[in-house]
Amino acid sequence: MDSIGAFFAMSGYAAYIWPAFAVTLGLMAGLAFWTRRRLKASERLLAALEAEAAAAEGGADRTDGSEAQA
Amino acid sequence: MATEAMALSQTDKAPARGAAGLHRFANPARFSRLSARLLPWTAALAVGLIALGLYLALFVAPADYQQGQSVRIMFVHVPSAWMALFCYSFMALASAVGLIWRHPLADLAAKATAPVGALFTFTALLTGSLWGKPMWGTWWVWDARLTSVLVLFFLYLGYMALWQAFDDDAKAARAAAILALVGAVNVPIIKFSVDWWNTLHQPASVLRLDGPAIHASMLWPLVVMTLGFTCYFATVLLLGLRAELNERRARILRQRALSRL
Repeated sequence: MDSIGAFFAMSGYAAYIWPAFAVTLGLMAGLAFWTRRRLKASERLLAALEAEAAAAEGGADRTDGSEAQA
Repeated sequence: MATEAMALSQTDKAPARGAAGLHRFANPARFSRLSARLLPWTAALAVGLIALGLYLALFVAPADYQQGQSVRIMFVHVPSAWMALFCYSFMALASAVGLIWRHPLADLAAKATAPVGALFTFTALLTGSLWGKPMWGTWWVWDARLTSVLVLFFLYLGYMALWQAFDDDAKAARAAAILALVGAVNVPIIKFSVDWWNTLHQPASVLRLDGPAIHASMLWPLVVMTLGFTCYFATVLLLGLRAELNERRARILRQRALSRL
């Protein structure tokens, strides 16, 4: 029990050591997850725009055909 | 596929001769496939190596006879600082490739690197302060090393701001690339600042002509953490680059949709 306490106390330097590790690793994790979220959002956006573009082109073809018949 | 190639050809008039090998990855579909294959590996390696590095840093590395346990901050401070410089060098190189050879992915790779580099610069400064307070008795000092790293941080921020400052992607890329290249002089300044000036920051103990001056029990955690941080950089770069490519394609599709109205 005492050695775990001693480990966390880091001979009195705990107030400096633990924030250093925590902030570094925390920010790294944060950036990684934020970037991944941005990637997922961009994939959804792109899928929606591509579907819209495909639908628009499909509609344009039909319009040309019917105009020619009319 | 064809629309992507057309969109790219509009920005890439001069085919890359010098970067012929890299040009294979200019095709975003190919890059997408490659990055999808690489990402699980870089992510797993990052997590594994950082976990191992943390174990070595906190449990295996000995306390310093002068600095006691506070020396353990070195195992996040030094890798962060190394990555800050590495990322800027990578960003400057990618900017140069984008400027000279107009490689389509190069500008976006530089753009995707900036947040990671800025993060590591910030953590280097922060952990340095947390180490300096107990050791030097001060959170900050305006010596050559600390000041030039602070300048590096502002360069990263300025670089990211330039990308946002232009509506036209090509103009933004150009301006940002020029800033990256002009600021690149700061990298050797940072590296040699502890030799050229009388700094409070200690001189180099690892990357020196005479070889590392620290014991293996401290060198190994340092190396493992740095490798882990590098794999982390690769992971975030690949994720960010994929996002940038998607967003650029989305902008092109949106413009096309508007022109249809």
